[in-house]
This record gives sequence, C-alpha cells and structure tokens, in this order.
Amino acid sequence: MTITNGTLKPPETNADEPIAAKRTGTAGVGFGRWWWALPAVALTLVVTYLTTAVGAFYAFTDWTGLGDFNFVGFDNFIHVFRDQALLGSVRNTLLLAAGFVVFTNLLGLSFALALNRTLKCRYFLRALIFMPVVLSSVAVSFIWKFIFAYDGPLNQFLNSMGLGSLKQDWLANPALALWCILAVMVWRSIGFVMVIYLAGLATVPVELEEAAALDGAGIWQTFRNITLPTIQPSVTIATVLTLIQGLTVFDEVLTLTGGGPGDATQTLATQVYSQTFIYGGFGLGAAAALVLTVFILILALIQQFVARDRAVRED
Amino acid sequence: MHRYTKWSLFREVLVVCAAIILLLPFWILISTALKTTDQVVTTSAFSFPPAPTLDNFIQLLSPAGSQSGNVYQGLFSSLVITTGTVLLLIALSSAAAYVFARSTRKLSDRIFRIFLIAIVLPTQLGILPLYIGARSLGLVGSPWGMIVIYTAMTMPFSVFLYSGFFRRLPRDYEEAATLDGASRFQIFTRVIFPLMGPATGTVAILSGLLVWNDFFTAVIFLNGSPYMTLPVVVYNFVGSLVSQWNLSFAVVLIAMAPVLAFYAFAQKKLMQGYAGGIKS
Repeated sequence: MTITNGTLKPPETNADEPIAAKRTGTAGVGFGRWWWALPAVALTLVVTYLTTAVGAFYAFTDWTGLGDFNFVGFDNFIHVFRDQALLGSVRNTLLLAAGFVVFTNLLGLSFALALNRTLKCRYFLRALIFMPVVLSSVAVSFIWKFIFAYDGPLNQFLNSMGLGSLKQDWLANPALALWCILAVMVWRSIGFVMVIYLAGLATVPVELEEAAALDGAGIWQTFRNITLPTIQPSVTIATVLTLIQGLTVFDEVLTLTGGGPGDATQTLATQVYSQTFIYGGFGLGAAAALVLTVFILILALIQQFVARDRAVRED
Repeated sequence: MHRYTKWSLFREVLVVCAAIILLLPFWILISTALKTTDQVVTTSAFSFPPAPTLDNFIQLLSPAGSQSGNVYQGLFSSLVITTGTVLLLIALSSAAAYVFARSTRKLSDRIFRIFLIAIVLPTQLGILPLYIGARSLGLVGSPWGMIVIYTAMTMPFSVFLYSGFFRRLPRDYEEAATLDGASRFQIFTRVIFPLMGPATGTVAILSGLLVWNDFFTAVIFLNGSPYMTLPVVVYNFVGSLVSQWNLSFAVVLIAMAPVLAFYAFAQKKLMQGYAGGIKS
C-alpha cells in the first residue's frame, strides 16, 4: 500500500502467485483465515460507518438527545447558514483551515530546506522543532494562553520595545482572537510539515542539483525547476493533511478562547460540541458536523482527482 | 557542492535564531513553573527565577496535596487506556491487514477500501450517535469503553500501514513454514508477526501518541468520570486555577513529562514514524 502522488492506491498483487496458492487449496500453503479480519472490519463498520450514517440521519431531525423527534427536512442546514453565530463558525473554520495550510506549508518547507543538508546542528534543530507535534495540544495551548494574557510575555515584550500602546488582552479582542488561535495552530504543526518535506527532499537527486549549479542556475531556479517538481507528492500530502487538520480544529479553540469572546472564534467542530453536548441541540449539531464532513469529502475527492490526473499525464 | 561556506554559516545562525524564537514558549513554561506566585507577577516572564523553587511540583505531586489525586489518576488512566488501545489495536489490525494482504479475492479488495475511506472520514459526525450507543451500553466514563472506541478510531490507518508492510514480504516464509508443518496460526504468530517489528513500532508510536494526546473524544466520554485522561485533567485543572500560571504550568509540565522523556530517547524513530507512516 502506497500513497503515490498523495493518492491512496491499493497495492498491486502479483497475479500469478495467488492462483497457484488457490489451486493447492486448503492443503497448500497457510496464509491465515478470512475471519481473522472480522473483528477489525466489524469494529470499523460499527464505530465509524454506522455512527456516521446515524449522525447524518439525525441532521434532518429536531432531536434534542432525549425523547421523540420529528423530521424537519433541511431546516437545520438552513439554520446553520442563516444563524449569524453558526454562519460565523463556518467562516472561521474555512479561514483557519486556509491560513493553516498556507502558513504551515510555507514555514515547514522553509525549515525543511534549511535543515536538509550542510548545517551542522540540523539533526538537533529538527528534533527541537518537531517537539510540539508530539505534545498534547491542550497542554501546549495553555502556554500560549499565558503568552497572550494581559500581564503575559507578549505584552511585556511589546512594552519593552516601546509599543506599549498595543498592549491588550489579545484573546479577548474579537478581531484578533482568531489570528492568535491560527498562530498557535501553525506553531504546533511546523515540525509535522517539515518532516513530510524532509522525506520528500531526501528523494531529490544530488547529481541533478549539481548539474543545475554547473549550468549556472541560481538558488531560486534550482528550487523552482528541480526541487519543487520532485517533492510534488510531499506538497500534495502536506496540503491535504493540513487542510483536514485545519477544518477539524477543536483543541486549540476550546483551550484558548472556548469559542469566545462572544462566538467570535467558534469553529464547526466546537459548534458540534457545544450544540450537542451543552445546548442539547442534537439535530443542529449533527447538521454542523455533516457540513464539516461534506467539506472534507469534497476535498478528498478533489485531491484524488488531481493526483489521478497527474499520474495519467506522467505516464 | 555541499561544502560548509560562509553562506552556510550565515544560514546556520539564521535558522538557530528562528528556532530559538519558536522554542521560546518552552523556556517561558519551564521558568514560570519554577517561580513562586509572587514572582510570576513581579518578574519578567522571560526571566529565569533567581531562586528556582519546586514548590509547585511538590504541591501537585505530594500525596497530601489536594490536587495530587487528580494528577496521579490522570497519569494512571492515560497509561491504562493508551496501553490497552495499542495492544488491542496491534492484535486486531495486524491480523486483518495480513488477511487482506495475502487474499486474492476481488471481495477482499473491496472490503479493504472500507478502511481507506474511513481514514478521511472525520469523527465529528459519528461522535453523537457513538456517545448515545456507548451510554446505553454503559461504556461512557469507562476505560474499557475508551479502549474499544480508540481502537476503532485508529484501526483504519493501522490496517493501511500494516498491509503495506505485509505486501512487501515474500511468500517464501509461509511456504517454508508450511513445509515444516506449522499451522496457519503458528505461521502468523511465530514467523510473520515477529518480522513486522518496524511496522508494529510505527503503529504503536503513532496510535499511542494519538490516544495519549487526544482531547476531543476524551472530554466528551470521560469528563467528570473517575477515569479522565491527562489532557482532560489538565484542561479542568487549569480552568479552575484562575491565572495561577506557575501552578498551571507545573501541571502542564507533569503532563508533558512522559512524552518528553520518550521523545528524548526515540525522537529519530518518532520523526521517521510520522514521515514513514504517511509515505509508506
């Protein structure tokens, strides 16, 4: 199983061998029993597919989580796109996802390029920059909550730079809180994206770069014409993964602002949580979740399509 | 081509500076956790305390402390749930992936696609019915319920990862073992599975970290129960301490410590796991 050019493709099975194995039948070579796969398949079908299907069903009802419910057609979806707070959370989700993709990929690629070869402390720095990825996002977000606090390090730093007029409670400002969340998300994932690009950069042939340098290509030209085309699969993978991560952001929002001030930083995932588990609006929460799911499925489809298209052109 | 030049030195300095800025939050975390409540207010957040104190940690970890119960219980639950999930996951996903990798039927390819699609399906839509289902089975707030749910959530990716490794393994092993008279079960447990060390390591690391750090599922299923995992404990604890940053950060550090210790020894394997898990 490989992700070729960022597409999930079932690996090719060797066509000759299996037939030979089949012919010998049960008396032949032992390759396991089909029912060994049963627990895994059943668990995935029930916990992932059945629940998702039931959730999609509730998105068309007015269920509160208890008692009876009525079918309300597309009312919940109309509500999601009419209600200011809910519509705001759709907007915030898209904005965070887009910003997250752009900034993590730019910074992650920059660090990957810088730490790819030559530098003496590259292994050490890679390990340090990757560190936030393995730590709990809740724990890490609390450090940033302090940094953004009114008496916190950010304001202290601005004060010492003579920028005291900017001093404020960053997370309490509806216009800035979302950007603060984005900054924390990006900070946490630079190392993750960097590692993906480092794996891609390892496949760039050194001879090709040397030949380009001999031919007088500059750094930018080499990057544009040799490095970037080679690491294209990494770009695809990193973009898709960060997009999905950005669309489903939850931990950082709940920890840093709890969706506030007001509803200024609510995202679809936090709305699912608060509508369902706090306000008891099961139907509405499910509708928000279905919108999120559709976003992600569309994205996955586009990505498959693009990758297949590219594979065809390469052949 | 890749000689170390003045330009390299310049780049090195530049990257080191950028890294220092990126890591500044950790410096603030450590120095604040070692301060007294007064020092947090009076000294600069960037300064290291002149007389570092371990009082915050003692208050949190000493058995007499009011909060120590929560911290230990969080560590214990996280450990039980993570270990349980990783063990169950490895057993089920390796067996399933093996069958799919060796099967030659069309049907098995189709069933395998179930796992591929499940990788991209977000958990948010299913979490509500899952909660209701688990509640009716009495699995909400129970570590066993969490182990089953986490195993199911990490299953698609693990099956996908394992099957890649199995498919690259030549069939000669099975043929030789069959000639020696081993049963199918023995072939898998004694011959094939031990050869899958790297795959098992990658699955264990990726799923273990995912479960250990998970907040979304844990806060929904475990909040308020006696089995809250560390992220939920930290979330509740810091929420209840209004701006007592030195104590909060001591909790944050305690919660990070196991993963940090693990990372110090296995950072290379960890980064490979992430990159390999995605690319293999």
